Amino acid sequence: MSPTLAIMRRELRSYFVTSLAWVFLVIFLVLAGLLTFYAGDFYERGLADLQPFFAVHPWLYLILVPAVSMRMWPEEARDGTQELLLTLPVTLRQAMLGKFLAAWLFLGLALALTFPLWITVNYLGSPDNGVILAGYLGSWLMAGAFAAIGACLSTLTRSQVVAFILTALVCVLLILAGQPQVLDFFQGTLPRRLVNGVAHLSMLRHFEAISRGVLDLRDLIYFLLTILAWLAGGVLILELKRTR
Amino acid sequence: MIETDQLTRRYGSLTAVDGLTIRAEPGQVLGLLGPNGAGKTTAMRLIAGFLAPTSGTARVCGHDVVREPLAARRALGYLPEGAPSYGEMTVREFLVFIGRMRGLAPEVGRQRFDQVVSRLQLEDVLEQCIDTLSKGLRRRVGLAQAILHDPPVLMLDEPTDGLDPNQKHAVRQLIDAMARERTILISTHLLEEVHALCNRVVIIARGRLLADATPAELEARSRYHGAVSFSAPGSGLSQEMLGRLPQVTAIEVDPLDGRVTVFPRPGERILEPVENLLRQQGLEVSEIQLERGRLDEVFRQITLGDGAEGRA
Repeated sequence: MSPTLAIMRRELRSYFVTSLAWVFLVIFLVLAGLLTFYAGDFYERGLADLQPFFAVHPWLYLILVPAVSMRMWPEEARDGTQELLLTLPVTLRQAMLGKFLAAWLFLGLALALTFPLWITVNYLGSPDNGVILAGYLGSWLMAGAFAAIGACLSTLTRSQVVAFILTALVCVLLILAGQPQVLDFFQGTLPRRLVNGVAHLSMLRHFEAISRGVLDLRDLIYFLLTILAWLAGGVLILELKRTR
Repeated sequence: MIETDQLTRRYGSLTAVDGLTIRAEPGQVLGLLGPNGAGKTTAMRLIAGFLAPTSGTARVCGHDVVREPLAARRALGYLPEGAPSYGEMTVREFLVFIGRMRGLAPEVGRQRFDQVVSRLQLEDVLEQCIDTLSKGLRRRVGLAQAILHDPPVLMLDEPTDGLDPNQKHAVRQLIDAMARERTILISTHLLEEVHALCNRVVIIARGRLLADATPAELEARSRYHGAVSFSAPGSGLSQEMLGRLPQVTAIEVDPLDGRVTVFPRPGERILEPVENLLRQQGLEVSEIQLERGRLDEVFRQITLGDGAEGRA
């Protein structure tokens, strides 16, 4: 077994043993359900789809993904296991990837466990299941992007609280980047090109595009690049810490 | 084999390891000795590849730890300071995880697992969470982790720190048993450990190498080397007589228990003349001893001294 997979398995197991996983799953499923029905006009819209459900995901992830990613590196630093892990024959890239994949798979599991909602809409009407599948894909990609941000930022600190706050902060900025209010704010001060750039950074915009069922390659690439870039950033920080 | 060449590591303006050149050969247990904060742990972290050197090189079995980090780490079993391990795992899960990380094939892994578990007597705690283990057991799990892949080079950072005397003895026996075909580097600030384990000692302080010698050579540097001490009630008279022996340079009497220590002139053997003299005097000597030299004294002298000891 490759070190990446070994690390991924160990991390996943530790989520469940330390009860983080169970707490997370319960909160995620309850909140996803409640918000969809109460805040999302699930019934009033009279449409058999999961748009209201997916619309709350960015905000759910904003709180819950940093809670998963905040322990990645700070816990290792605190317990001294980082020294053990990084003196085994494993590259920083493999270690980072293993930890990230564990988080991403776990978030995928949480997402998959919302299947009763999908059954419900199919029972109530005849939704476009292709669009719903795209929505799930988009949501999982966004969760992965948040987790990658968390993985990167958690290398910066030994404190899980700091890691949580930093991650949530960056994620909220990325969600808001494409909102008209934010763009209006920059309209006056920044050149037009830069404002467009900011808009393109917006996670929401790409997520909404995918979850409407429009699988544009550019949106997929956006998420995959975001994930890779943040993971690479995390590896770089670990590398710097080794020499600093 | 472990070789370092002018290994240096700075943290900002602090130089934790300063031009350290050491060499440990197969069959050798090299003790890295120094006061707390001397740079022992930093030196080991550099060799293990956890930290990158500011300058200089380190090689494990010929593999440069910076240029071929994975090859170097494969040859190395490392017990970091405090024997860290994943507390929420059971001993079995932890060792299986290490086996996977080491890329051991399943059959080899199982075989090594069984050997290591019996060698460190972990059979009874295999299914226990590491968090629930005593300090001694956790240290043993750390050692098991370090030797699981049967490495040619073993590096142990304070392997007996915080253990009770029985546990210390057990760990030392284990290291001794493994020493024959391996290169072993241990760090310690316990002098008894040097006697018990090491056949070569490197003393560092403030990141610098101050001495590199065998324990016997270090003892020979002691003022007490070759001195004779004895307990004899009412030896007041004999002191004067002893002082007249041509081989003797000084005499000290312990104010607490009245034990007399006689120091020889350099290169002189004084056990026989002292014994003869005492017999002539008809003194009742309850016990007499030839001193080998005191490591603690040499250690103090070297690490607190002006550091001009030179690079032996």
